[in-house]
Amino acid sequence: MSKLGNLGARLHRGEISYDFVGHRMLWYGISILITITAIVGLAVRGLNMGIDFQGGAVFTTPKTSVSVAQAEEFAKDASDHEAVVQKLGSGGLRIQIAGMDTQKSDEVKTALAKDFKVDSEAINADLVGPSWGEQIANKAWQGLAIFMVLVVIYLAIAFEWRMAIAALIALIHDITITTGIYALVGFEVTPGTIIGLLTILGYSLYDTVVVFDSLKEQTKDITKQTRFTYSEIANQSINGTLVRSVNTTVVALLPVAGLLFIGGGFLGAGTLNDISLSLFVGLAAGAYSSIFIATPLVADLKEREPQMKALRKRVKAKRAQAVAEEELSATRPAPADAPEDAAPAVVGPRNQPASRNRGRGRPSGKRR
Amino acid sequence: MAAPKKGRNASPQSKPGRSLALILIAIVALTGGMFASGHTTPRLGIDLAGGTSITLQAKADQGSAINKANMDTAVEIMNRRVNGLGVSEAEVQTQGTSNIIVNIPKGTNSEEARQQVGTTAKLYFRPVLASEPSGAAASPSASPSSSSSGGASPSPSGSASAEEKASSSSASPSSSATSQGRAVTDALKADATPSATSSAADSASPSASGGTGSSGNKLEDQYAKLDCSKSADRATAGKTAKPSESTVACGDIGGAWYKYMLGPAAVDGTEVKKAQAVFDTQTASGWQVQMNFSSTGAKKFADITGQLAKNSTPQNQFGIVLDGEVVSSPYVSQSISGGQAEISGSFTQEEAQSLANMLSYGALPLSFKEQSVTTVTAALGGEQLHAGLVAGAIGLALVVVYLVAYYRGLALVALASLLVSAALTYVIMSLLGPTIGFALNLPAVCGAIVAIGITADSFIVFFERVRDEIREGRSLRPAVERGWPRARRTILVSDFVSFLAAAVLFVVTVGKVQGFAFTLGLTTVLDVVVVFFFTKPLMTILARRKFFAQGHKWSGLDPKSLGAKPPLRRTRRPAGPAAGSVDPKEA
Repeated sequence: MSKLGNLGARLHRGEISYDFVGHRMLWYGISILITITAIVGLAVRGLNMGIDFQGGAVFTTPKTSVSVAQAEEFAKDASDHEAVVQKLGSGGLRIQIAGMDTQKSDEVKTALAKDFKVDSEAINADLVGPSWGEQIANKAWQGLAIFMVLVVIYLAIAFEWRMAIAALIALIHDITITTGIYALVGFEVTPGTIIGLLTILGYSLYDTVVVFDSLKEQTKDITKQTRFTYSEIANQSINGTLVRSVNTTVVALLPVAGLLFIGGGFLGAGTLNDISLSLFVGLAAGAYSSIFIATPLVADLKEREPQMKALRKRVKAKRAQAVAEEELSATRPAPADAPEDAAPAVVGPRNQPASRNRGRGRPSGKRR
Repeated sequence: MAAPKKGRNASPQSKPGRSLALILIAIVALTGGMFASGHTTPRLGIDLAGGTSITLQAKADQGSAINKANMDTAVEIMNRRVNGLGVSEAEVQTQGTSNIIVNIPKGTNSEEARQQVGTTAKLYFRPVLASEPSGAAASPSASPSSSSSGGASPSPSGSASAEEKASSSSASPSSSATSQGRAVTDALKADATPSATSSAADSASPSASGGTGSSGNKLEDQYAKLDCSKSADRATAGKTAKPSESTVACGDIGGAWYKYMLGPAAVDGTEVKKAQAVFDTQTASGWQVQMNFSSTGAKKFADITGQLAKNSTPQNQFGIVLDGEVVSSPYVSQSISGGQAEISGSFTQEEAQSLANMLSYGALPLSFKEQSVTTVTAALGGEQLHAGLVAGAIGLALVVVYLVAYYRGLALVALASLLVSAALTYVIMSLLGPTIGFALNLPAVCGAIVAIGITADSFIVFFERVRDEIREGRSLRPAVERGWPRARRTILVSDFVSFLAAAVLFVVTVGKVQGFAFTLGLTTVLDVVVVFFFTKPLMTILARRKFFAQGHKWSGLDPKSLGAKPPLRRTRRPAGPAAGSVDPKEA
């Protein structure tokens, strides 16, 4: 821990930091690449919609000694689709397979009859409609649209519109990647997948907001100092919350990873795969986008503001001056410090609010 | 070591102790409630526990054809009926061209559900042309008093006649419909008192004439032959009537059967915008269903009641006909505007609620026959579920290991908080099973697993704040108190986003999405509750412990390993309240 703890401390003091904002073009590029892959995947392979969305066929067998697991195998062999098998009160089985038309269902029926060693007439086949009908889907879209509008309004009020837009872009980024990977892997989309995507949506925003909250706090009095530009402070803010981001992501991902890799991989809990995959990819993307996409985007947008441009000029001028009058600030290399530490030094006692968190104002005698 | 600490420290200073006591009491109370109610496990969805599968077959009648559009509408309406809140995990889908399958998870009242999905709920307001008690079974009722109209201001003539008739005649009215518009409470008087008028259909019809002479005669024949005391007659009377034609119908009014000859429907049940079950406290006449009409419905209703009011008994009555049966036949003394009406019959609470439910969600475009009812096992195999649980447990164990490795002593706080959160979630979900029909399905379980991350994040945000404060050279107690407001704001701002998502999705969507929104909202609220009432007070208390306050190596708060600046200890003891100069560069 001590190593990790030190890392946290050094991140906190800005002794070490990764220049997220400075390298943003690299990460934008990577994200765009992944997103394009995802979109291509979606376009080429499409989503493999499950029985709940597109309907399918239901086969009802007479009383049988075939086990549910065996029946699943049979059905999969006969149809090339994952089948849902349930035991009925009568002792028979109900087998549901997605994406069947009449002809296909007849073929499967014949194949199943052979596997079950019964007459094909004994198996009852019926086409079923989707249980997740258009209405549910439409309402879900409607709900999502309303939520997006509200959340943008909320973020615009609680933070500012630039952060709202960045959060929205990060959200779309996460959802696209998750859906794209889903298409590439080819798992069947079930209602569980959709629920998983919605969970991602909530988590992605949540995570972004946590990061933005710290950003907002650190850039509160930004125009009152001339030591750092907005981008630099944004970068320090990311580094300051990095430990939290990593810890939260690990804690959120571990149980899902357990489900996906141990449950799905070793123990063969096949039907859990669809949900845990969408959760795993989505959670990872959500954590990634908050840091690598959303915050740099805010910095990009902010730097276009006249105020921030002016600040950037002042900072540059100040630095040029500092180089000239080296003897004054030679004690310490300034850019390595956290913004709060730096702010009072530049602006002097007038700027107490910036240092309020440290309570450094009180023991004034301690100042050198 | 967390347990004795709680007990001992609860007393010295009341504030954090009180919060802790509060939440512990809440857990104990909820757990007690859970055991008292006998529902000690959450109700599981059909994918985890199996359930009952009902197959319904559509019958082509009432002039509507069995086609895809009608079947889809029926599925939607049934879905909302059985899954109004979206949390019961019932599933409805079409099968073939004329069947609908309804899957209901184990532990639901399947009788009630069967009734809910099978009832067509076609409601019409038809003018009464004639009515009389039917058959010998029309026994004198023992309750002759329920003809009240909300009791506000009974119209003198109306109530007088009703009472006279009630006392003199053997049968009595027990149903009434009163307008809810404040100005017109007296406009409707229940009057099921039979008047053995056998007026001809064509002369009596108050609104548009009910049909040709021949159909009128046929109707009279039907009416004359109808014996509502026979269940065979009841089963057919009026069931296939088109709304635009006159018909005969039976009605169970106050325990006695009446037969009615009714004109064409004046107002359709689809004009009901909203319906709700209310208990009539004013007259104690029992459960009623209040209806709000749409604007066109309100106008039609005002028109028909205005016309009816001009007629004499029984043609000033209208019958409220549900699925071909008269549930109530109030009479009208003046036009009712305002767009509100109520149906009162001898409803139980469930009946009133289910009727209101059906009226709100609309009538099925087709009527259905129950074809088969069978039990089904879980769609998710038992062994798979088991594997999933084992995998989840391993994942959780890894979380514990990680937290302990990183946060050491603080991990105890995190784990205790997670435990409290898990206990609350479990108990509340168990209690919601019987109360609102909440059922836990696989996506909800996965949602709960992700909720672990979001809940843990609240602690992590808090811990990191506290550790930042310590790095600034603060001792633990001020660090906790100063770190908390900032962590609190972050937690609230971010949890609000989650809650917003949950609230919007819950209000707007239907079905499983709604169920998901419910789970998300619940876990988000619990997250805030746990952090405010458990984690923070616990931290406050622990901050007084030597083990934590002095930054023991294993407390996770060791200033040295956290990298608090050395100048701190050089100039002053770390526990000192003065922060010291952290960054000497501030020259």
